[in-house]
Amino acid sequence: MSALRIQQGSTSHSAYDLRDYHADVVEKHTLAVLVDNEAGVLARVIGLFSGRGYNIESLTVAEVNHDTHLSRITVVTTGTRDVIEQIKAQVGRIVPVHEVHDLTVEGPSIERELALFKVEGTGDKRIEALRLAEIFRANVVDSTLGSFVFEMTGTSEKIDAFADLMRPLGLVETARTGVAALARGQAE
Amino acid sequence: MTRQMTGAKMVVQALKDQGVDTVFGYPGGAVLPIYDEIFQQNDIQHILVRHEQAAIHAAEGYARSTGKVGVALVTSGPGATNAVTGLTDALLDSIPLVVFSGQVPTFMIGTDGFQEADTIGITRPCTKHNWLVKDTDELSGVIHQAFHVARSGRPGPVLIDLPKDVQFADGEYTPPAKAKVSHYQPKMKASIEEITDLVKLMEKAERPVFYTGGGVINSGPAASQLLRELVDSTGIPITSTLMGLGAYPASGENWLGMLGMHGTYEANLAMHGCDLMINIGARFDDRITGRIQDFSPHSKKVHVDIDPSSINKIIRVDLPVLGDVGHVLEDVLKVWKSRGRKTADHAAWWEQIKAWREVRCLSYTNSETVIKPQYALERLEALTKGMDRYVTTEVGQHQMWAAQFLGFEDPNRWMTSGGLGTMGYGFPASIGVQLAHPESLVINVAGEASWLMNMQEMGTAIQYRLPVKQLILNNERLGMVRQWQQLLHGERYSSSWSEALPDFVKLAEAFGAKGIICSDPKDLDDALMEMIKHDGPVIFDCLVEKHENCFPMIPSGKPHNEMLLGDASTEGAIKSDGAVLV
Repeated sequence: MSALRIQQGSTSHSAYDLRDYHADVVEKHTLAVLVDNEAGVLARVIGLFSGRGYNIESLTVAEVNHDTHLSRITVVTTGTRDVIEQIKAQVGRIVPVHEVHDLTVEGPSIERELALFKVEGTGDKRIEALRLAEIFRANVVDSTLGSFVFEMTGTSEKIDAFADLMRPLGLVETARTGVAALARGQAE
Repeated sequence: MTRQMTGAKMVVQALKDQGVDTVFGYPGGAVLPIYDEIFQQNDIQHILVRHEQAAIHAAEGYARSTGKVGVALVTSGPGATNAVTGLTDALLDSIPLVVFSGQVPTFMIGTDGFQEADTIGITRPCTKHNWLVKDTDELSGVIHQAFHVARSGRPGPVLIDLPKDVQFADGEYTPPAKAKVSHYQPKMKASIEEITDLVKLMEKAERPVFYTGGGVINSGPAASQLLRELVDSTGIPITSTLMGLGAYPASGENWLGMLGMHGTYEANLAMHGCDLMINIGARFDDRITGRIQDFSPHSKKVHVDIDPSSINKIIRVDLPVLGDVGHVLEDVLKVWKSRGRKTADHAAWWEQIKAWREVRCLSYTNSETVIKPQYALERLEALTKGMDRYVTTEVGQHQMWAAQFLGFEDPNRWMTSGGLGTMGYGFPASIGVQLAHPESLVINVAGEASWLMNMQEMGTAIQYRLPVKQLILNNERLGMVRQWQQLLHGERYSSSWSEALPDFVKLAEAFGAKGIICSDPKDLDDALMEMIKHDGPVIFDCLVEKHENCFPMIPSGKPHNEMLLGDASTEGAIKSDGAVLV
């Protein structure tokens, strides 16, 4: 009864979609979200992530403009390209959200994290910890005869690397802020 | 000019300034100051419902049938939690609502006070936005912004939580014109490049189809007019989602009927076989797409939507067109005309559609002894055709049959719970519709199980003399559940009987309404006319065939071209991987 020949079944979403499209590759993206600093705004953003099953790798938030009461949320998330696009669109339509920037794709950007490490030990281990801290440009911000607290700023990878080195030397406690990020160059 | 007044007075003043004439609500301790203000004025009528869920659904019916923002007022704690189902329903179907909830006074928040609930926390995921107002000076500005957010962009419900002390305190009232302009300003017009690309695709397509949705209705009556002009002048076939019925007239030549799980054969096969799909204000819902991997495999897809998060959410499209449906359609028509009104030859495509139509997928075996639900709706359609008619529904088989067998010629005439599938929606929605259109015929097509979920609203219908017609297609079953149990769960009918049903005629009479019962197809027309002509609310207990299944049906996990057309084709049709889907 078919007057036209219509092919049955296909795995392609579209006969014409010729884009280079990697549906399954999970990517890590850093998003900067500018929001009105009003009560509950952070709950709206993270509630959206949990409600729709998106990942949060790290999250930082603070008011960045006291005159306009704008806060900046930096969120590092992972997902396929489709999921990342959805996250941006979903976050973008939250009413108090002013801007969503995907720093990972919008050009070069700088990412920094601050971490505090408490390292306990004596003798050679203590000396080695101090020596490595110098190499990593970590500052000693607290010291007792049996412990140091190092403060360090850098990329998450650098902080991971330092933590790995400190672990056998007596690392007992870590505090990290999560990523803060800005695009390089002049603001548009 | 600013004025000092109490927060409670401000609520009423702001509603007046927003052009609100009707509020659906239920009083309680935390909203007494507002009720006191409502008592002392005559511009806004308050409709006392019998349950807060019904207040929200009634406001939805009011909003959907008028294009205005629906307004509801509930108290703190249980008042607010009862509103949650309605809010979620409105969110999924993009219905603009402003809901006010009372709250314990600011100094008691967090103390587990009497009737305290974290309303903002509870309603955050089921509203488009919500506000806790802690300062009376900010109240009027928030209310005006709430109306703006509810109706702008993709519409939706918003909620304002009002602590009791904020209602009592004095503050400065800001009229709408003076209110702070919100940064929330969704983009209405699509770019000329997007419009031109769409027109070019339309000109070349040999097998195009329009797939329209609730967004056309939300965009206003002008959008429906533009859609009709575009469809009729291009000769492109059109199908619609459940939410979009009426945007294009059911009597229109190019109308294929509704698409989706219980859509028509011709609509679903046109979706599967097209070379160009133009989605206008629909969202590729799972009831529409069936198996994603096999969804319309050979088409180029265009998606017109005002909500960027709808684009590429389910189905990757070739051309997203971001903007308001009405604006986009206007521009598309302009560009298409200016380029010389070109279309490819659609003759072979229409020939194919004609062949699909000849399958007559909505045919059913009628009976002389039992009322078939399809027959009841066919007769309702025949007897009310041409009348000034509005239809609401509950959720289930009757809803799908109503969508299949009733024809809608205009937008805003069909109110149904699409996204959330809320049983109990239809009756209170019919109350909201009737209040907005006091002279019109308002019919709620219901199943007996759904209807019982908000039957307390009989009190509201009687109190306000609302002649809503409750047409209950009574099969003494949760029909859709029973159908799925038959097809998917080895005919084990677990809890899908409606046991211990009331005598609906006596129930009607107990409330002071009219009750009609009918079980013989020969009496049906007279009984329906009696219902239609009665000047007052009616409960019509229409005893129908108990085991009728709703067809056509695309089983869960199947593509469009694997539809079931009737009972004969259902054997082993749904595999276990399909059964996990709802």
